[in-house]
Amino acid sequence: MADVVVFCESDDKGIRSSSLPALTAGAALAKQLGGGVCAVVIGSGTGAAAADAAKYAARVLTYDDARLAAPLAETWAPQLADAVKRVGAGALLGTATSTGKDVLPRAAALLGAGMASDITAVVAANRFRRPAYAGNAIEEVEISGPVLVASVRQTAFPPATPGAAGAIEAVAVAAVDALGAELVGLHETKSTRPDLGEAKVVVSGGRGMRAGENFKILEELTDLLGGALGASRAACDAGMVPNDLQVGQTGKVVAPQLYIAVAISGAIQHLAGMKGSKVIVAINKDPEAPIFQVADYGLVDTWEKAVPALIAGIKKLKASG
Amino acid sequence: MKILVTCKRVPNPEHKLKLAGGQIDLSTASWQLNPFDEYAVETALRLTEKGKGGERSGEVVAVAIGPKEVAQQLRGVLAMGADRAILIGGDDAALDATAVARVLAALVAREKPDLVVLGKQTVDGDSNQVGQILAGLLGWPQATFLASIHLAADGKSATVTREVDAGVEEKRVRLPAVVTVDLRIIGKKAVRNEALASAETEWEETQRYASLKGIMAAKKKEIKDVALAELGVDATAAMKVKSYEAPPVRKAGARVASVDELVAKLHDEAKVI
Ligand SMILES: Cc1cc2nc3c(=O)[nH]c(=O)nc-3n(C[C@H](O)[C@H](O)[C@H](O)COP(=O)(O)OP(=O)(O)OC[C@H]3O[C@@H](n4cnc5c(N)ncnc54)[C@H](O)[C@@H]3O)c2cc1C
Ligand SMILES: Nc1ncnc2c1ncn2[C@@H]1O[C@H](COP(=O)(O)O)[C@@H](O)[C@H]1O
Repeated sequence: MADVVVFCESDDKGIRSSSLPALTAGAALAKQLGGGVCAVVIGSGTGAAAADAAKYAARVLTYDDARLAAPLAETWAPQLADAVKRVGAGALLGTATSTGKDVLPRAAALLGAGMASDITAVVAANRFRRPAYAGNAIEEVEISGPVLVASVRQTAFPPATPGAAGAIEAVAVAAVDALGAELVGLHETKSTRPDLGEAKVVVSGGRGMRAGENFKILEELTDLLGGALGASRAACDAGMVPNDLQVGQTGKVVAPQLYIAVAISGAIQHLAGMKGSKVIVAINKDPEAPIFQVADYGLVDTWEKAVPALIAGIKKLKASG
Repeated sequence: MKILVTCKRVPNPEHKLKLAGGQIDLSTASWQLNPFDEYAVETALRLTEKGKGGERSGEVVAVAIGPKEVAQQLRGVLAMGADRAILIGGDDAALDATAVARVLAALVAREKPDLVVLGKQTVDGDSNQVGQILAGLLGWPQATFLASIHLAADGKSATVTREVDAGVEEKRVRLPAVVTVDLRIIGKKAVRNEALASAETEWEETQRYASLKGIMAAKKKEIKDVALAELGVDATAAMKVKSYEAPPVRKAGARVASVDELVAKLHDEAKVI
């Protein structure tokens, strides 16, 4: 019998929705291990986040300390390792966000534990499934040892649902050593649109959009559908859109109800980030573009013609609807 | 400035994977350097150079853990300009990130570099762990997924930008440190050693390819073979791959002839708008 510690990322309002799938995976693993879920919240001023986390876990540990305000792997990984030891847990999970990918392997090192990244299924107490080779193979992996660590692919598990409130324990934080690392600042890309990882609709543009200003028409389509904007690496590299819009093997993984790829060729690295979408639409002027091999609906046309017509068509549908 | 840069070979990602009986057949694979490691090598070289084509200062040591055939990829890295290479013999397919990081930590103890530069992930395993685990084992600061790195003139710290989900984070780390690089690190002004290159220095927006001169020079450079046992580390993998299977195939969809047909299908058939 062992518990599962789930690292929950948070802001001053509560835990981030990206952590909810990790809580779901945590519950599935806890069942296999015959234990419960213990959520861990780290930061400065984590009161609201801890209360929020308690809706999803029987037990919550908070590491609330001014010295932990910045999300540094150097200072946060030791808290996660502390939580695992304190609880006597058999596993540490968290979502494979940029913070999770940074902190969890470091915590695994401190625990001397083996780790699996980006798991998409819990098979047994120490067995998971995860994609490799840009999603072209699914591995089943086994981790040995008294403790294991895994990061969870956000799109592979449904968000946890709230239940009875769990108990919150504030941990007295011991020495904090940033090892000479410091956060200088965060240049946030402000967006009023939903997060790429959670959006029901994603509209992505590629190199064929040619210039940043041409993305305006994709933004119009995106907003009409209440979705999030994405892009290929080529579009990001060319500076048409910010890099954090990149979808793919090395960008964000999305799995919306509807993915519309506009002027994107469909390289394997791009497909790795969107193949899990329910319905895929491709608009490309090249009938041979590989994106058509994964598209449910393919339209061979230029975006200059197709996208304005699509916007008009959806508006008409909505007006009649 | 002494920089250790890690190199792993991967099967060409453009080739179709041969999957059969729960295993991947790599017997006919064509191997290449992991793309992120190419960027890591480029980063290390830029950090030891006075701008494009300029004089070198410092040492770049490439290290690979793998079978003896990896010497081919290491030779390529030496031709790009790295000073020497170390090949730690072992079956990299049987190692997990923890084992690789333990081996690298032992090598760091021997070589005592100021900086270790890794790729952010391998494109076969896609695990994105080794740099972070190595930093944790060494008790060094880490800077992952770098979009840029500026080394301070005194060589004591580096200021980096990192691509995070919400945008771009700026972080400063004391040296020695472990860093892992992302795609944007090969930007024109992304890498600079302030002791060597001026703020105006610009690089090509791609990793360099070996020149004929570089290839000739590489023949005289050292690739040192080190046996895994010699490093005295436990390299048993905690994570083992039990089997592989092909992902579910998406059934080939249909072409639509017009935007009107697309709108109608998305509404009536797929019911997503
Ligand atoms: C290590 C590594 C990691 C990578 N990671 C990622 C990743 O995470 N995400 C990612 O996306 N890529 C990634 N890539 C890059 C990937 O290999 C491709 O280069 C990239 O996805 C291509 O982007 P694209 O489809 O926009 O451009 P292109 O391949 O150039 O395709 C442009 C398309 O636009 C079409 N087009 C042109 N004009 C028009 C028009 N007027 N109307 C309609 N269609 C038009 C063309 O027919 C073409 O199909 C990675 C590469 C490497 C090496
Ligand atoms: N066998 C290996 N030999 C040398 N470097 C490696 C090896 N495996 C992984 N690495 C390095 O670790 C980085 C991250 O890999 P990973 O965590 O396995 O995705 C890669 O970009 C490599 O630089």
